[in-house]
Amino acid sequence: MAASSSSSILAPVAADGAGTGHAHFGRLLLAEWTKLRSVRSTYWSLILLIIVFPFFCWLFPYLTVANWKQASATQQANLMLDPIGQVMAPGQYLGQLSVAVLGVMVSASEYSTGMVRSTLLASPHRVRMLAAKSVVFFLLVLVIGEVVSFAGFFIGRQTLKSLITVNLNSGDIRQVVGGGLYLAMLGLFALVLGSLIRHVAGAITGIVALLLVVSGLISLIPGRTGKYLYTYEPTNAGFAIIAKHVPDNFLLSPWEGYGVFALWTAVLWVLAAWLLERRDA
Amino acid sequence: MIEVKDLVKKYGDTTAVDHLTFTVEPGRITGFLGPNGAGKSTTMRLILGLDRPTSGTAFIDGKPYRELRDPLRYVGALLEARAVHGGRTAFNHLLYLAQTQGVPKRRVGEVLDLVGLGPVAGKRTKGFSLGMGQRLGIAAALLADPQILILDEPVNGLDPEGIVWIRDLLKALAAAGRTVFVSSHLMNEMAVTAEHLIVIGRGRLQADMPVTQFIAQFSDTAVLVRTPSALEFRAAVEGRGWKVTPAPQDGSLIVTGSTAEQIGELAAERGLVLHELTPQRASLEEAFMELTRESGEFAHRPVPPMRAGAPGTPVAEESQTMQEVSDGRQQ
Amino acid sequence: MIQATALTKRYGPRLAVDHADFTVAPGKVTGFLGPNGAGKSTTMRIILGLDRPTSGGVTINGLPYQKLAAPLREVGALLDAKAVHGGRTAYNHLLVLAKANGLPRARVDAVIDLVGLHSVAKKRSGGFSLGMGQRLGIAAALLGDPGIVMFDEPVNGLDPEGILWIRNLMKALAAEGRTVFVSSHLMSEMALTADHLVVIGLGRILADEPMDRFIAQNSVSYVRVRSPQMAELAPRLAQRGWKVDQQPDYSVHVYDANPEQIGDVAGTEGLWLHELTLVQSSLEEAFMRLTAGSVEYHAGGDAAGAQPAEGQQPLTGWGAAPQGAPGAPGVPGVPQDTQQQGWSQSQPPNKERIQ
Repeated sequence: MAASSSSSILAPVAADGAGTGHAHFGRLLLAEWTKLRSVRSTYWSLILLIIVFPFFCWLFPYLTVANWKQASATQQANLMLDPIGQVMAPGQYLGQLSVAVLGVMVSASEYSTGMVRSTLLASPHRVRMLAAKSVVFFLLVLVIGEVVSFAGFFIGRQTLKSLITVNLNSGDIRQVVGGGLYLAMLGLFALVLGSLIRHVAGAITGIVALLLVVSGLISLIPGRTGKYLYTYEPTNAGFAIIAKHVPDNFLLSPWEGYGVFALWTAVLWVLAAWLLERRDA
Repeated sequence: MIEVKDLVKKYGDTTAVDHLTFTVEPGRITGFLGPNGAGKSTTMRLILGLDRPTSGTAFIDGKPYRELRDPLRYVGALLEARAVHGGRTAFNHLLYLAQTQGVPKRRVGEVLDLVGLGPVAGKRTKGFSLGMGQRLGIAAALLADPQILILDEPVNGLDPEGIVWIRDLLKALAAAGRTVFVSSHLMNEMAVTAEHLIVIGRGRLQADMPVTQFIAQFSDTAVLVRTPSALEFRAAVEGRGWKVTPAPQDGSLIVTGSTAEQIGELAAERGLVLHELTPQRASLEEAFMELTRESGEFAHRPVPPMRAGAPGTPVAEESQTMQEVSDGRQQ
Repeated sequence: MIQATALTKRYGPRLAVDHADFTVAPGKVTGFLGPNGAGKSTTMRIILGLDRPTSGGVTINGLPYQKLAAPLREVGALLDAKAVHGGRTAYNHLLVLAKANGLPRARVDAVIDLVGLHSVAKKRSGGFSLGMGQRLGIAAALLGDPGIVMFDEPVNGLDPEGILWIRNLMKALAAEGRTVFVSSHLMSEMALTADHLVVIGLGRILADEPMDRFIAQNSVSYVRVRSPQMAELAPRLAQRGWKVDQQPDYSVHVYDANPEQIGDVAGTEGLWLHELTLVQSSLEEAFMRLTAGSVEYHAGGDAAGAQPAEGQQPLTGWGAAPQGAPGAPGVPGVPQDTQQQGWSQSQPPNKERIQ
C-alpha cells in the first residue's frame, strides 16, 4: 500500500511557534478572538450598543432641555449637580443589555450548539481556555465601551449646552471612563453567568432580570438591610462608577462600588472555572 | 496507543461503563462495536477527557487526554452529534482549532479541499447537510495530523463515494502506523474496514480480538462445494466423518467439519472433479448477532417481536428493553 | 407500482431530473441509488406530490399522487423520522394520522403491534431513541396498509439489531406483494436487501435492472484459485488462453474462464485444489464503476457549475484518496479493462453466494 500519494495527510504539520506557557496562552487568545469575531451575534450586539448608547445619551438630555420648564425643582437640581451622570446613565442603562446578552452567548452558546465539545478537545486545559476567552472578551468590550462612553458624553454635553456647560474635570473623567469599565466588567460577569448556567435562554433571562428588575426591587427594601443589599448587589455596585456622588442608600464610594462588582465577578469566575474543570462536558 | 484500564463511569445508579480494560494498538483499524446504550459513546468521551471517569484510567500514549499539550496533534476525534456553531463558517471553525494548536492557517484550506468542502469554506455551517457536517468533522479530526484517530459513525450521511474514500483513508493511515479507532453500527461496513474488534455490551467488554477470529468463534465454518460427481463425493466426504448438506437453491453441497484444503485434497485423491470449492465465511453481522444472543448480559427480556407478516419470515427481537434504551440515551 | 415517464425537473438553469424513465414493481425491494446531488430526493418528492415536475410525470398505480383518493392507503413513506411532535404519545400521533385519513382505530393497534412498540405506545415520543422514532415512522407509513412503501435512508441511526430488523421488514413487505422503494447510500446494506436497482446520476437514470444483472454488467469477475500445486496448475490454465494473475497470497485470479472449466482442468490433471471460487464485484464496486465512469460524477453539481440542487451547496469531489480514487474515466456501463487496479478485495469473495 503506497502511502506517498496521500502526502497532504501524512506529511507532518509544522508548528507555528510552538512553545510553553506564554506562547501557548497567546495562541489561545488568538483562537478565542477568532471565535468571537466569526459569529454574527458579536457584530449585531456591538452595533446595537454603538447605536443605542449614544442615542439615549442624546434623547434624555434632549427631552430634559425640551421639558425644562415643567421639571420639578429636584429634577433640576439633579441635573445641575451631576450633569455627566445624568447624561451617561440612560445610555448605560439600555446599552448594557446588549453587552449582557452578548456576554452570555459567548459562553452559553457553546453548550447549545455543541461547540463546547470541539473547544474542550482542542483545549483540555479548561481553565486556561476560560481565561483566554475572558481576557479577549473583556478587552473587546472595554475598547468599544470607552468609545461609546466618550461618544455619549460629547453628544450629551452638546445637547445640554443651552442649559449648562459641562466640563470634564479630572474628578469627573471617572464617570466617562467608568462607563467603559462598567460595560467590560458586566460583559465578563455575563460570560461567567453563561458558563455557570450553560443555557442561553436561562442565562439571558437571569441577567436581564438582574439588571432591570432585581436591582430596582432591592431599592424598595427599607432600612439598613435594604441599603446593604442595594449597595452590594453586583450590578448596582458597578453602576455607581458613573455617578458623581452616590445616592443616599448606597454605602460605598464609586470606586469601591466598582471594586465590589469586580470582586463578585472574580469569585463567580473562580466558581465557574472550578465547575468547568469538574463537570462533564 | 490508547490504553483503557478498569474504567468505570456511573450516572447516579446506572453504570454506563463497567470496569472496561482494553488497548487500541497502532498500525491497524480497530472497530468498536456494541448495541445502543452499550457505553460506546461514553467510553469515547472518557478517553477524550470530555467526561470524568468514576474510577479507572484512560491514557493516550501514557497520558490522560487532559494532560496532553496540543492534544489535536495527538488525537483527531469525530464524535456523533454536531460540535460546531451554526453561525460560524467552516473555515473559521477550523481556523479556531488550528490556532489553538499552532497549526498554520494554510492547513485549514488543505483539509477543506481534502474533504471536498473547498467551495463552501466561507459558508455558515448551519446550512450544511448531514454529509457536509460530517465532512467538516472529518476535516477537523485530520487538521493537526494526529497519530490517533477516534471516529464515531464516520460514514453517517456520506454518499457512496465518500464511504469508500473514508475507508481508503483509514486503511492508509493504519498502514502508515497510526492508531485508528472506529465505532459503528454498520456491521457490513465494519467487516470490510476493521482488522481488530472491541465489542462491549452493557458497559462491559464482550470481545477483544481480530475480526477473523471473532467471526470464526461465533459462527460455523462451512465449505460450499459444487461437483458433477455429487454421489461419489458425498460418499467420500461422509466416509471421513464430515457432514454434507445439500444447499437448497442450486445443487451445491455444504460440507461442515473440515477445511476447504482437506476437501480439495480428498477430491483429488479420489479423482473427483470440483466445479466450486469455497470456504463460507460468515458475515461479521451474523457473528455479532450470535454473540448478542449467546451473551446473557446483552439480551434482556425482549420486547414483543415485530411480526413480519409473511409466514416463515424471521422475527427480529430487540436486545434491550425500552427502559435501557432510554437510559442509554443519557450517554 | 410506481411508473416514471420522461420525468423532468428543472430548477432555473439546472436540470435536477432529466427525462427519467423507470418502473418500481411490486413483490420486490427496489433500491434507489446515486451520489449526492444526483436527483434522488427530488425524484422521491415528486413521486409524493411534494414538488411538481417540469415535464413528464410519475404515476402511482396509474394515477399521479394528487389524484389518489386516499393517498395514505396507497403509499406510505418514511422520509424523516423526526417529523413528530415530541409532546404527543406514539399512540396519539398515529391516531391523529388515522383519523385524518379515515382509517379505523384498529389500524393503529395493528401497526404498533407490527413494529413492536406497544410497551411504549403510551409514552411521549419526545423521549424516544432514534431507533424507536424510526419504528414509529414506519408504523405511520404502514398505517393505511399501503401497497407501496418508500423509505429514505431507513437505517440512519439504528444499531445492528435495528438494521437487521429493518432489512427483514423490507423483505417481508416485498414478499407480501407490496412495492418497496428504498433509497440509501449504504451499498453494503443495499446489497443484502434489494432485488432490483434504479441508479440515478446527474438527473439521468443510469440503470433500471435486477441486482445480479447490474453487478454482472458493471463488474469484472474472475475465479480465485488456490492450490498447493500451483506451479503445475497455473501454466496449464494459461495454456488455455486464460489470463492468470498471481496474487501475493499465493492464490491466482483467472480471467475469462468459469470455475467449471478450471475445475475440469485440475481434475483431469489430478491436481489438488484448496479453493475454487467465482468472485464478482460487490455492489459497491459495481456502483462506483458505473458512476465514476464519467468525470463529472466527482463534482457535486453539474459541470456547468450552475445552481446547487435542492438547497445543497455545491461541493467538489473528495480530494485525492490515499489509495487512488476508485474508478478511472471510461464509458459508463461498459466493463472496464481488466488491468483495472484498486479492487479493495474487501468482502469475502463468496459474499454474493451466501445470499
